[in-house]
Amino acid sequence: MALVEMVDIHKYFGKVMALRGVNFRVEENEIVGLIGDNGAGKSTLIKILSGVYPPTRGTIYIKGEKIDLRSYSVVEARKYGIETVFQDEALGLRQSIWRNLFLGREPTNRLGFLRIRKAVTETDRMMRDFLKFRGAGISPDATVKNLSGGERQGIAIGRAMYFEADLVILDEPTRALSVKEIEKVLGFVRELKARGKACVYISHTIAHVYAISDRFVILDRGQVVGEYRKEEISEEDLNQALVRAFRHEEDYR
Amino acid sequence: MSSKNSVPMAELSLGSKMITVLTKLRKYQMQLGVFGLLVLVFAIFAFGNPKVFLSWAIYEAFLNTVPFIGIMGLGLTYVLISKEIDLSFPSTMAFAGYTFATVFKSSGSGAVALLAALGSGLAIGALNGLMVTRVGIPSIVVTLGMQFLLRGAVQVLAAGLSISLPFAEHPLRWALVGRLWGGIPMHAVWFALLSVTLLVVLFHHRFGNHVLFVGDNENAARMMGINPNKVKTYVFILMGCLAAFAGVIENARMLRWWPLMGEGYLLPTMAAVFIGGTSMFGGEGTIFGTVVGSFIVGSLEAGIVAAGLSGFWTRLFEGLLILLAVTFYAIVRKRI
Repeated sequence: MALVEMVDIHKYFGKVMALRGVNFRVEENEIVGLIGDNGAGKSTLIKILSGVYPPTRGTIYIKGEKIDLRSYSVVEARKYGIETVFQDEALGLRQSIWRNLFLGREPTNRLGFLRIRKAVTETDRMMRDFLKFRGAGISPDATVKNLSGGERQGIAIGRAMYFEADLVILDEPTRALSVKEIEKVLGFVRELKARGKACVYISHTIAHVYAISDRFVILDRGQVVGEYRKEEISEEDLNQALVRAFRHEEDYR
Repeated sequence: MSSKNSVPMAELSLGSKMITVLTKLRKYQMQLGVFGLLVLVFAIFAFGNPKVFLSWAIYEAFLNTVPFIGIMGLGLTYVLISKEIDLSFPSTMAFAGYTFATVFKSSGSGAVALLAALGSGLAIGALNGLMVTRVGIPSIVVTLGMQFLLRGAVQVLAAGLSISLPFAEHPLRWALVGRLWGGIPMHAVWFALLSVTLLVVLFHHRFGNHVLFVGDNENAARMMGINPNKVKTYVFILMGCLAAFAGVIENARMLRWWPLMGEGYLLPTMAAVFIGGTSMFGGEGTIFGTVVGSFIVGSLEAGIVAAGLSGFWTRLFEGLLILLAVTFYAIVRKRI
């Protein structure tokens, strides 16, 4: 049984058809690289999966359960174990790391007062175990603004990890990062895999996607135009497949 | 951020300990800065007129006037942290004061009048909040309109006349503006209680946490299941209630309501909050800073006059202090 199964997903924005009958599935503990040019429909697809907006038509199954799309939302998706890390929409930069880790899920007493000591201790543990921020002198009290881009992604991914998400969706997590920072982020994704989680990884950069994914799905103009397992295809061939898909698109014009 | 691998273990742990101490101090450097400013201002005053500034009387006078700026400043701090603004609180003060005066005169009950006044503040805040969050009008526009609307309303309702209150012997008056131990005004005590409460709520309660995040990154807050509209509406309600409370105190203190009540509080209150280090960009601010900022702004005029300068200097110093403070914060914020 697939962890997530999206069947025949259509999405129209007015007259614009963003998705035209997409089938998309993620198995347990699988990293799926979602590739495609700008406007191919990658972001639309994962926004539907993460509950930002509903599809115009189509069905979603999570762990075999058919989802009621009328009440499906980001919060609801999280209850099903799906956490999405949106770039620029994940963290409050002027707040501390521990406040960000527990945003919306604060440990409190019955009157709603924060259990700060617990939050800080847990954050420290998460940073040691998952992010391996060792000896770097970053305390849970540090402001997120002072962290590097890769570390910020780490906090957002670590948050999903900490709250036991089964599937973590990463939308362009390496955009605008230096090579060293990209390595860190890819390390976090490998750590997710090692801990038995699944991941949907969206990126423009084939090299990053190839390095970590188990399977690749190529989207173009709202449709799946290619799907490969890592064993079946080399990085070179994946690049070729992508180029072919786009050339095909140009034939349309 | 990174430490070199070649550093021996002992030094490394010492280094990281020092970093922890430094980050802890750094965390409070905004507060330390504004407190330093207060000390500086009072040092100048004391130097200018030691006789006045080394006696209790002048401080008692400050405790009598500062709470008005302070109490409304607390509300404004929350509003600014949530990345909104409220320009209507001086009129809210007048409207709630009017409600208090008329309800007290007709019912004779101080408690009922107090509740009615706080209720009017709550309603005004809720209306501001709904207009901003549901209708989607920027808060600067909504509250500017509300500021005129409420001022106009009380002038029409009261036909421009002030109302004197037979409130002098009422026990509620003592509770609001009496003197504790013969010297400390009760409204200064209320200001202190409110400050502590709102400080604890801002940094140690779930609601305060949500206010910080809604102002910092509204989308991130929404993605994590927080309803920014609700949070912002509550913040406007808090502002409305605090302004209403200030109006009631003013009534109780002067034993009179007048149609221009609250006029002249807008800019000093904003100045106090900004001197205190709250940012226009949301997500950042301190209650401690606002309290200290209120004392700086609230004592400036009396201080300058007492120090032997003419009152004309007040504005100049106010301007200077604001610019000094915000420059300091801008530099500090780049570093922390």
